[in-house]
Amino acid sequence: MTSTRPAAGDGAGRFSASVEAAAVPLLGLAVSFALFGVFVAVAGANVGDVYYQMVRGSFGSWFSFQNTLVRAAPLMLTALCTALPAQVGLVVIGGEGALVLGALASVIAAHALGGANPWVVLFAMAGAGCVVGGAWIAAVGALRTLRGANETISSLLLNYIAIGVFKHVVEGPLRDPASLNKPSTRPIGEANALGAIPGLDVHWGLVYGLIGCLAAYVLMRRSAFGFAAKVIGGNARAAQLGGLAVSKIVIVTCALGGAAAGLAGMAEVAAVHGTANASIIVGYGYTGILVAFLARQHPLAIVPVAVLIGGVGASGGLLQRAEHLPDATVNVLQGILFVVILAIETLRGRLATFLPRARVTSESAPNPAAKAACSKAA
Amino acid sequence: MSAVPSPVAPPRRGSPPLLEADRLSKRFGNFLALDDVSLRVEPGRVHALLGENGAGKSTLVKCIMGYLTPDAGRIRLGDREVLPKSPRHAQSLGIGMVYQHFTLVPNMTVRENLVLSRPRLPFVVDWATERAALASFLARMPFQVDLEAPVRSLSAGEKQKIEILKQLYLESRVVILDEPTSVLTPAEADHVLSMLHQMARAGEISVVLITHKFREVTQFADEVTVLRRGRKVGHGGVGDLTPSAMADMMMGGASKSSSLPPSARSSEHEAPADERDRGTDEGAIGHARVLIDDLHAEDDLGVPALRGVTLEVRSGEIVGVAAIAGNGQEELVEVLAGQRMKTAGTVTVSGAEYEPKRAIMRALNVRCLPEEPLRNACVPTMSVADNMALRVFDEPRYTAMGWLLSRKKIAQTATTLVGEYGIRAPSIHTPIGRLSGGNVQRAVLARELEGKVDVLIAANPCMGLDFAAVAEIHARIRAARDRGAAVLLVSADLDEILALATRILVMSEGRIVYEAPLEGAEPAVIGKYMAGHGAHVAPDERHASS
Ligand SMILES: Nc1ncnc2c1ncn2[C@@H]1O[C@H](COP(=O)(O)OP(=O)(O)OP(=O)(O)O)[C@@H](O)[C@H]1O
Ligand SMILES: [Mg+2]
Repeated sequence: MTSTRPAAGDGAGRFSASVEAAAVPLLGLAVSFALFGVFVAVAGANVGDVYYQMVRGSFGSWFSFQNTLVRAAPLMLTALCTALPAQVGLVVIGGEGALVLGALASVIAAHALGGANPWVVLFAMAGAGCVVGGAWIAAVGALRTLRGANETISSLLLNYIAIGVFKHVVEGPLRDPASLNKPSTRPIGEANALGAIPGLDVHWGLVYGLIGCLAAYVLMRRSAFGFAAKVIGGNARAAQLGGLAVSKIVIVTCALGGAAAGLAGMAEVAAVHGTANASIIVGYGYTGILVAFLARQHPLAIVPVAVLIGGVGASGGLLQRAEHLPDATVNVLQGILFVVILAIETLRGRLATFLPRARVTSESAPNPAAKAACSKAA
Repeated sequence: MSAVPSPVAPPRRGSPPLLEADRLSKRFGNFLALDDVSLRVEPGRVHALLGENGAGKSTLVKCIMGYLTPDAGRIRLGDREVLPKSPRHAQSLGIGMVYQHFTLVPNMTVRENLVLSRPRLPFVVDWATERAALASFLARMPFQVDLEAPVRSLSAGEKQKIEILKQLYLESRVVILDEPTSVLTPAEADHVLSMLHQMARAGEISVVLITHKFREVTQFADEVTVLRRGRKVGHGGVGDLTPSAMADMMMGGASKSSSLPPSARSSEHEAPADERDRGTDEGAIGHARVLIDDLHAEDDLGVPALRGVTLEVRSGEIVGVAAIAGNGQEELVEVLAGQRMKTAGTVTVSGAEYEPKRAIMRALNVRCLPEEPLRNACVPTMSVADNMALRVFDEPRYTAMGWLLSRKKIAQTATTLVGEYGIRAPSIHTPIGRLSGGNVQRAVLARELEGKVDVLIAANPCMGLDFAAVAEIHARIRAARDRGAAVLLVSADLDEILALATRILVMSEGRIVYEAPLEGAEPAVIGKYMAGHGAHVAPDERHASS
């Protein structure tokens, strides 16, 4: 038995490293959809039909695709709330909290400005959403880097607090007496609504999302600030040796992530609901975590992934009508996706072993999530 | 034999099996790290593996241990062909490895560490039986350890002995050691290696020893295999090869005798005259550059580690701080490097108060070469080029508009430095964690010495380097000194300090306890102070021994 194997060809190392970067999530997607197929089959539906309806409900028509984009817009921004802190090695899952508080802050800003020019109002709303969402996640970063509190736990708990505060304010001090069965704040007013992108039925929040992801990419991958963040995320001791202001950079990065989620809340209020009420709390913040992980925390990869996951959400209604599956069916798919993606991350660095050619070996990089979770930022 | 039923089988009689690696090749991308290398480890012998940094030594043993899968070649153990799939698999075949870093759980006792290292543990461990079995196991061993001591409390030498003991406990018949002595003092190293040597003599084990120290090879090995750039370039009995012949093989015959290690030229004198160039030329030493005054700091557990360190380094001199591991020198370097908070005291550099912040480090030109650079000074997942830019990436010459990184300029600088310092890397875009240990060290040194350096703090700068690299790094540290840098050199290697330092300070239990005289520093006296027995050395005794 000879163990002679063909050697990897020239450049195979770099080639398969980048192929692998895409192959792992794609494999995760395939496995998830297969598992989801088993689930709907058990639920009594025809698997083929379900897949067909999902494609139809998300990308099948211009109308459904626009619906998908409307859902993708906030996901891009909430995904940044996980992906930006991930650059400094933190696993933050506080997007939901930042989103609802951003929404609340933007409504308060709109009310405070009363009859001002709609442009001014929208600008103030966006600013308020960003500042409050940013401060919320900055607190997570500060707790971590200054006090050593685990950022995943604290951001999760802050979600509960944020939702509690939101409900308290919406159902109490700021409740519009006219909102009877669904407690809401006073509407921000038709004039102040965030309109649709010309030629589309999709509001400007999508542009916010695209610009947010692009800006995050430039900041994190092309700027000196992003370089420093990457050093901190990779090895905080090396960052200290370089004299980098570790705490400051961690807190600022978290604040930027929170600001993105807060802006998502503002866009939901200004473009979709026109008021702050419990309809805001539909889990865009949590789904954003899934998007960020699927995109491997890469700011640009978030865009297509958000569209894909937005499509899954958009198809929920059609599944309910056409296949008589419960509305929560797509949540099951999201759950499966999340678990599979996390599990399959452990294949990274070993995937090449399964390929017939190129036995490229890298001393397998540990799961970034696990690594980040146990690294101390300070 | 003991009457207690032993979960550890008695040692298998008979000699350990022959280990043969036959024509192994291993490629990383388009970089050939191992090219048709064969290694034959005879039963009961100590086989040294020599080679310059990046020669492929670690890659070879990683293939044998099943960490890496060779692209070609086979491995035979005894008369069986084996292909270890994982270190655990190799272990089950009786091949074990001791790493340069420790793999023990610090908060557990030696006994717990040993028992837990077994591949198949019962669901409930019967500690009474295990204790008795371990006692009878230990009784057969050539050296004793305290089984109940928590590993945390052990010195590096003791930990390394436990690592070896663990291999014997796991019944490894072939024990591979990758630079096992780099964390040890020379005395500890001798002790550990002579123990291995005896056990090989007794036919208990065979040993593969990777080392950069010729002294260890000539003293403790039977055979040598030399690698160079992934190829096997030499092999022979230790008796038949002089250190300089080995050095020639390592360096491809290109080594000039001046770059040979002291031990390769003469086994008697560790540090010949040119190695002892201390730059004591009075004119060169300038004003006080670094003033450390009553510095205090705590270790990770909150126990005081620095208890009032006061010292001064002038420009143009190298101050060596000699200390045994665990006496506060790590913490001293960490405080200066910004990796630990001081609790009291001041540090002044060039007359200004020093704090380890980027702007201050840059303004005062303070650089640092900490030990274990991969852990302390690099981001292993980032490229060589990026790691080399760690100090400068935000400077105007590497940025556009003050914030946009110029990847091109970063790559240019890295290419220059890689050439200048002879760093062997597949490319400057390779993650630095994939470089061999010595090349990581060089890369960090290149980064830290770039540009104007007023203060250099170096900790064990030559740990794990081949002799040519040691000579080169010493030369570069001297050159920095000659350009006016104040160098604070912390090292566990007294020879290194004796060779480089202008002044020698001894640190013990968090304080500077002794300053050796400029001329005629006595290793024996310094050693006593390092061991904390300084108070017993009367001044006249010092003179008597010189
Ligand atoms: N996982 C990897 N990916 C790419 N290149 C690698 C990898 N591992 C090792 N190499 C390369 O293979 C070469 C040999 O490395 P190896 O670690 O075997 O050297 P070494 O002889 O042990 O050196 P040292 O004495 O410095 O420890 C180096 O040039 C290194 O950069
Ligand atoms: Mg090595």
